[in-house]
Amino acid sequence: MTVDSNLKQTIAGLKNVQGTLKVYSSQVSEEEAKGVYKEASEVTGQVIVDLENRLKKLEYEEPQYKGN
Amino acid sequence: MPELIEILIRSVGLFLLVIILVRLMGKRNASRMIPYRFVTYVAIGVIAALTAANVIPNILSGLIALGVFALLPIALDYLSLRSKMVHDLVHGKEAVLIKQGQIMEENLRQVRLTGEELLSELRNKDAFSVADVEFAVMESTGDINVMKKSHKRTVTSYDLGKKVSPKAEPQTVVLDGNILNDSLTAIGLNQGWLNEQLESAGVSLDNVFLGQVDSSGELYLDLFDDSIQVPQPKVREELYASLEKIQAELMMYSEGTKDQEAKSMYAENADRLKYLLEKIEPYLLR
Repeated sequence: MTVDSNLKQTIAGLKNVQGTLKVYSSQVSEEEAKGVYKEASEVTGQVIVDLENRLKKLEYEEPQYKGN
Repeated sequence: MPELIEILIRSVGLFLLVIILVRLMGKRNASRMIPYRFVTYVAIGVIAALTAANVIPNILSGLIALGVFALLPIALDYLSLRSKMVHDLVHGKEAVLIKQGQIMEENLRQVRLTGEELLSELRNKDAFSVADVEFAVMESTGDINVMKKSHKRTVTSYDLGKKVSPKAEPQTVVLDGNILNDSLTAIGLNQGWLNEQLESAGVSLDNVFLGQVDSSGELYLDLFDDSIQVPQPKVREELYASLEKIQAELMMYSEGTKDQEAKSMYAENADRLKYLLEKIEPYLLR
């Protein structure tokens, strides 16, 4: 396992989490919980962007691992 | 013979009449009735029975008495809604039996309650020691309500300083294998959603005795066939766990990399997720 395939897995997991949070924020009826779920999906979205940038950089630096 | 038929007709008619009258007199818990209501109910019952059995031969006089005993309580109820004085007069006032931990012997005597009775009522309210009681009051219905000292009260999430997610009442959407469309639409869902959920749980609708949706949209199922284990909703716990796992991975990456920029990026994002986990915990785990 290389660094960037690990990172890819983490990103995939985080995207999965974000998807579920989005579903919750549209499903739940209380305003307060809706807000919390919405905020959580936004924060995870920001983290995903950061991680994806890092992944791009890794692939650029070590192109032999690309596509694993 | 015609006499018997007359009794039959009278009985049926009065039975229906009494049901209507009692409904008109309002919703009250029969076991927690203030005395005057109890008296009127008994009177209505007795008059109706006597008239039905022809003990009161003149049906009109029976009906008049019945009407008075049904209408007067209704009138009194309206008056007591309007005037506090009438209310106190009819319902009586509540009596304080224990105040600031002290038994009020004077009031006990007034409501003619013995010490033993008071103790037994307190035990009923789970207060075995009088020292635990801050305040106790006898309501006009004769019920005794107890407020315990603050350090003896049940702990709430507020006492613990813990945040819990707000929860609205659950809706029953399936009962006895039938879909209750009204409650489904009340929470903004439809039969399509329900069918999808049942399919993913792998059960058919006619095997479902009860299905309830809580306010976060999770479906709880109880089946007729108890040998089948339904997977109970665990999505939130799993979600929380995977978020925790990702946070740990980020910390690990931060340790593992030599690139300073990447190190701080990972650490920063790990902190973000940690903060998020703390914030979302009450919603996912409780």
